[in-house]
Amino acid sequence: MAEALKHQIEAAFDEPACATNRAKDAASRRKGCSKALTPGAAAGGCAFDGAKIALQPIVDAAHLVHAPLGCEGNAWDNRGSASSGPELYRTGFTTDLTEMDIVMGQGEKKLFRAIREVIEQQAPAAVFVYATCVTALIGDDIEAVCKAAAERFETPVIPVNVPGYVGSKNLGNRMAGEVLFKHVIGTLEPQAPGLCDINLIGDFNLSGELWQVKPLLDRLGIRVLGSISGDARYRQVAMAHRARVSMLFCAHGYVNLARKLQETYGIPYFEGSFYGISDTSDALRTICRMLADRGAPADLIPRCEALIAEEEARTWATLEPYRPRIAGRRVLLYTGGHKTWSVVSALQELGMEVVGTSMRKATPDDRGRVVQIMGTEAHMFDNMAPREMFKLLREARADVLMSGARSQFVALKARVPWIDVNQEKHEPYAGYMGMVQLVKTLDRSINNPVWADLRAPAPWEV
Amino acid sequence: MARLVHPRRALSTNPLKTSAPLGAAMAYLGIAGAVPLFHGAQGCTAFAMVHLVRHFHEAIPLQTTAMNEISAILGGGEQIEAAIENLLARAKPQFIGIASTALAETRGEDIAGELRAIMERRPDFAGLAVVHAATPDFKGGLEDGWARAVEAIITALVPAQGGATVAGQVNFLPGSHLTPAEVEEIAGMIRAFGLTPIILPDISTSLDGHLAADWSGTSTGGTPLAAIRAMANSVATLAVGEAMRPAANLLAARGVPARVFGGLTGLRATDAFVTALMELSGHEPPAIIKRDRARLTDACLDAHFQIGGLRVALAAEPDLAFGLGSGLTAMGAEIVAAVTTAGQNPNAERIPADEVIIGDLGDLERAAAAAGAQLMLTHAHGRMGAERLHLPLVRAGFPIMDRLGAQDQCRVGYRGTRAFYFEIANAVLAQSHRPRPEDFGAARIDQEFEHAPDTPPAPH
Ligand code: SF4
Repeated sequence: MAEALKHQIEAAFDEPACATNRAKDAASRRKGCSKALTPGAAAGGCAFDGAKIALQPIVDAAHLVHAPLGCEGNAWDNRGSASSGPELYRTGFTTDLTEMDIVMGQGEKKLFRAIREVIEQQAPAAVFVYATCVTALIGDDIEAVCKAAAERFETPVIPVNVPGYVGSKNLGNRMAGEVLFKHVIGTLEPQAPGLCDINLIGDFNLSGELWQVKPLLDRLGIRVLGSISGDARYRQVAMAHRARVSMLFCAHGYVNLARKLQETYGIPYFEGSFYGISDTSDALRTICRMLADRGAPADLIPRCEALIAEEEARTWATLEPYRPRIAGRRVLLYTGGHKTWSVVSALQELGMEVVGTSMRKATPDDRGRVVQIMGTEAHMFDNMAPREMFKLLREARADVLMSGARSQFVALKARVPWIDVNQEKHEPYAGYMGMVQLVKTLDRSINNPVWADLRAPAPWEV
Repeated sequence: MARLVHPRRALSTNPLKTSAPLGAAMAYLGIAGAVPLFHGAQGCTAFAMVHLVRHFHEAIPLQTTAMNEISAILGGGEQIEAAIENLLARAKPQFIGIASTALAETRGEDIAGELRAIMERRPDFAGLAVVHAATPDFKGGLEDGWARAVEAIITALVPAQGGATVAGQVNFLPGSHLTPAEVEEIAGMIRAFGLTPIILPDISTSLDGHLAADWSGTSTGGTPLAAIRAMANSVATLAVGEAMRPAANLLAARGVPARVFGGLTGLRATDAFVTALMELSGHEPPAIIKRDRARLTDACLDAHFQIGGLRVALAAEPDLAFGLGSGLTAMGAEIVAAVTTAGQNPNAERIPADEVIIGDLGDLERAAAAAGAQLMLTHAHGRMGAERLHLPLVRAGFPIMDRLGAQDQCRVGYRGTRAFYFEIANAVLAQSHRPRPEDFGAARIDQEFEHAPDTPPAPH
């Protein structure tokens, strides 16, 4: 493994702000947090996948994958990050390395030509060049190629060295953060930095979730300066070092980046979520308090409280008619550890019974909150095998499953409604309006007459 | 039960209805060696023929008694006789189905009496079956014309007393809302249980769109006359569509017990039909039918994401509206705007909507806009309204003159329902709207951040 890559990975793992890491001794910390994968029982994306997820939402950049076709061919145009402007990020660019390229050692040359072509054709704000397993293995020096190309074509060309074999998607997220910190952040200055400029880190604007929250920020006069990387422009990422506060959505993937921004540029961060009513309010509150602490107008806090009071009242009033339609229904929540406790609390408030929630990637903090809300630990579980889940659903111990796409068919084949709440979902569920959307979706799904039909026996079974 | 609403107004905007004589003609075309004959002025026939040709993309042998100024006043009996004579000479049909248009009916002609007299005085017409259905344009639509024609055929050609019943022989009366492919699908299900259907009328062999070896001036397929006569010997009659109930009753009066199925779109609706076939045959379904049901249930799972909660604007004659509408609401769709052509068919009230307008496509457009419909389901003339409202249009019914393969659409039975659900879900997916900041009331991004400022927002 190239030295540079080794450093990059170590840096990604060495995370003092990570709670899991803090609990380890020095030696095991250095080993990193990637668990050895079990051949034949591994599921989940590679580091390249993670880095691509993290960076691709930078919408005005060209994302060029330097690899044989497999990596990009299987990965492009399948995510729901939405753009309010350029669509370049959705185009799949790859050097499509062939056997001949590899044998003849033509990789670097081909990459340089590809960079030239993409810049000539698309005039992108920047080019992100991803090296994956094969290109890392044959030792293509993409750092050098990117540097040369950037100088030659006067366009930022950023090397992202993320061969899948080094680890999981999560590691890829972190490595992407490192890349941005090293190559992009701090390279441009905003025209008029404001006291209410913030960074949003680790949100990808899936199905437009960022825009469900943005009107609230708009009304408070808060500007998203740096976005990493939902609906982001390259220039925004480059200016992220001038934000006053960072909100971190997913500590697992990006806490290293948030911490570095704090250490280097003095930008304080907090971890928050826009899922659920109380979490949305808390996040707004925290943003405003932290901005005020750093010199934003003091009236920001009372304005924020007024906004929260108004929005919460309106949201509950909108949700009220749904109460009789979903009250008493039992929901099983199985997510990758997105901040769901606030969603749980809103659903319980509406009379739903949460019969279980997964805590796969939850922090001790999250666990504490769930215990607080549910009153017991009994309904928390870490992992549930599909067969076990199928049994639970088929025995009708839950009326609906909320999960990621992977357990979709476990629910459906058990003839139980399923709500997609993970990355690939098509409906946005963030902020107050997102909670309303989620409840509408739940109602529509649970109360669909099709379930009764599907559970009824066939004519020859009666 | 839906509330039937009769808008109080004189003007009909963009008619939904197709005329009754055309329905009768379609039914007659499902008889072997047939030529439908409109008793009226030639224009009605020409319009109907163009309509049929553009829908089926086939030569349609449709003729007219070509009433003129004189016969319009003095009566058209001679005209009928002359038409039969000419047809016999030119097209050599075995069957002529007469449908009287508004003109002839308005005169109040005794066409049945005339016809009896003609057949008596013309021995050279012997061997030719001629039936007559009163189908004035001012009474009902295509669905009614079709039903009247089938009733006329049964009355004229099925003997009042059958001989011994033929084991396993079943009468199948398809409603006008079924396409040739649908008739074939249902007949195939019946056969799968080892039963032998007599299909009346059988457009699956005449209007299915096949290239015949030779030119023919008559229908090139359809129910053979001998089979029609044998209907009195069947063990049961299965009718699909409430409009076919009177026809089924005529067979019941001839000693053949009848069952009417409101529609065959949807899991439960098809289950009911399969249950009846199990009873009639005394058999379990063959493996393929079980497999088709398992596939449909899986399709329900896949498509309920798109169809659940979908707000549909639906306009069709009662049997079609009921069949497709109930298939969709079984998947959680909402029929937020429903228009049909007449209230006499009991299925009109069963259309799963709060309110069903007896009206036209103008009503559909207004109701769809008011209710915030997301998809329009009607015949091809709905296209302009759908365009104005920016809604996807799924074509169903008659006419469909701007697409090929209308005769191949199959939305009944386990297989057809599955295809229908995918069709609707795909129409929704094809619309899929990429989210924009405006959708949520969010401001646009600062121009300062744009690499190429003032990039126009991407198309939706
Ligand atoms: S594991 Fe390697 S080769 Fe496979 S997709 Fe990931 S980067 Fe590409």
